[in-house]
Amino acid sequence: MSVETRIKKMFDTLKAESRGGLGVFITAGDPDYDTSLEIMKGLPGAGADMIEFGMPFSDPMADGPAIQVASQRSLANGQNMKKTLAMVTDFRSGNDVTPIILMGYYNPIYSYGVDAFLKDAKAAGIDGLIIVDLPPEEENELCLPALKAGINFIYLTAPTTSDERLPRVLEHASGFIYYVSITGITGTASTTAADIKPNIDRIRASTDIPLAVGFGIKTAENVADFNTIADAAIVGTAVVNVIAENLDENNAAKSGLIDKVLGFVRDLSEGTK
Amino acid sequence: MGDLNTYRAGPDEGGRFGIFGGRFVAETLMPLILDVEKAYKQYKDDPEFCDELEYYLKHYVGRPSPLYYAERMTEHLGGAKVYMKRDELNHTGAHKINSTMGQILLAKRMGKPRIIAETGAGQHGVATATVCALFGLECVVYMGATDIKRQAPNVFRMKLLGAEVVPVTSGTGTLKDAMNEALRDWVANVDNTYYLIGTVAGPHPYPTMVRDFQCIIGDETRVQMDEAESRLPDTLVASIGGGSNAMGLFHPFLDDSSVEIIGVEAAGLGIETGKHCASIKGGHPGVLHGNRTFLLQDDDGQIYDGHSISAGLDYPGIGPEHSWLHDVGRVKYVSVTDDEALEAFQLCTRLEGIIPALEPSHALAHVMKIAPDLPKDHLIVINLCGRGDKDVFAVAEMLGVEL
Repeated sequence: MSVETRIKKMFDTLKAESRGGLGVFITAGDPDYDTSLEIMKGLPGAGADMIEFGMPFSDPMADGPAIQVASQRSLANGQNMKKTLAMVTDFRSGNDVTPIILMGYYNPIYSYGVDAFLKDAKAAGIDGLIIVDLPPEEENELCLPALKAGINFIYLTAPTTSDERLPRVLEHASGFIYYVSITGITGTASTTAADIKPNIDRIRASTDIPLAVGFGIKTAENVADFNTIADAAIVGTAVVNVIAENLDENNAAKSGLIDKVLGFVRDLSEGTK
Repeated sequence: MGDLNTYRAGPDEGGRFGIFGGRFVAETLMPLILDVEKAYKQYKDDPEFCDELEYYLKHYVGRPSPLYYAERMTEHLGGAKVYMKRDELNHTGAHKINSTMGQILLAKRMGKPRIIAETGAGQHGVATATVCALFGLECVVYMGATDIKRQAPNVFRMKLLGAEVVPVTSGTGTLKDAMNEALRDWVANVDNTYYLIGTVAGPHPYPTMVRDFQCIIGDETRVQMDEAESRLPDTLVASIGGGSNAMGLFHPFLDDSSVEIIGVEAAGLGIETGKHCASIKGGHPGVLHGNRTFLLQDDDGQIYDGHSISAGLDYPGIGPEHSWLHDVGRVKYVSVTDDEALEAFQLCTRLEGIIPALEPSHALAHVMKIAPDLPKDHLIVINLCGRGDKDVFAVAEMLGVEL
């Protein structure tokens, strides 16, 4: 099923500009609703081509300590799914171009109700979903309903995804393929474009869908390196770390936090030029 | 499960019991889980595998465990005849080793030299460290930092057995976080590591595999009850955290319609207080740790920690097959408070000379409620799935006794 969203337009634009893209992950509501919304609104101007917007969850089992704690900060300040979608609606009132991909775990969506969630997410201006704990084996839960609702469902592929399994993962993949560059959790080990090129080539040979790389990408140099083989690079933990470094002892934002985060993203975007 | 004449056919190919169960894991883990499933299918009926498992269960674990007629307890309650399935007499003092032994033999055949496990009270951690010592495998146990403080003797036992115990401070530092951390370890060590899950939860095939290894409890009970009374029991009672001891006792009897089956959840300070571990009575369906099941969660789908006097019942979910058995009405789920369990703990100790773990004390507390009103020829089996040595310090504290 072909679902065309802002994601396709973005990759078309990147192609026309002959450059790779930058995806930036932040957790919705981290460290608080207003600060998070301001960061979100500033991301496109700072050079982010798309936004991976984390839905906080109490038990983020594919994430490292930095993103776990970001979830906790956000939840402690009262973030929930309704507020996350409200932030997207607010963002969309000033930006109708930058793709927004909700990223997280299934339970908060299941709890919200799949039909209600898809309706509200589409209305808010969500383009895609990356749900870590929904592999192709569970595609009836959300992937197929999301495609029907006009939202891309983005599958993760990993170094452990074998040739035998790859077609199963690609069967309903849409938007882009998210290649997990390491076997591990977010914000831990790092690899290089040269190391993962054989795997990327393997996936490219099986699909025309754009491909983004994530996990362990921390600097503008990393972004440039991975964009030699991918269509976009996604940075999460390194951005979340800048938020964490600019909090006071009560986890409240220190003045200048937003500028520091956006400054860091601006630096990262040098890797896309 | 299209066959309406059996409750024992599940799960389906996707690992589902009705809507419950499944394989809700990250792509990186998916191939590993499919490998475990393939290996389990290959070996579960393999004569050499079965012989080896039987050998160790008999000569190392000490099976079969007795089915003991608790005469003084029966007299005291004045009604139904109470039998105790003595799985607390197993090596390491609980039913956990039934499954760790099965899984370690599987891990060996899969060529995995490194074993990881999660533990709450420490019983599963000890059982895992024990079989790792027996077979010379590396063992890493994840345990919540809060639980490490509460269960110091078990932590030391695991270390003596050669295991590395990793304190988990992420999240709330309890059993659910230990399971998250074990999953994170597995994602990072895919080539050499086997994740040895302790209960009938997690992604398919774990709920099925752990159940199958624990079914020896119910299979033995059937034979032993036939020897003792020449018939089936009338009521089975077992405590439920994740639910592995209960599933092991219940499953072989699911299709015997005359047998009433009761699972006992931990009501903690009372379900109405919100401080409990009763996933079925006080939770609703959600997805966590690879499966859909009843969970303790808020309106936004965020998981919260349970409370129980018993660290072994302190898990915010329950095995998916239990959720299904509740849904279809085959098993009745009830709950028992901390205070009721503590009273049962003391009564069993004084009347029978058996110090039960706080987990089966919950089952016993329910038996104390129902037995007096039942006829004298009514046969109850309670699964005494663990011994209480590990709990004596905690009980002393609760009773206000200084040791």
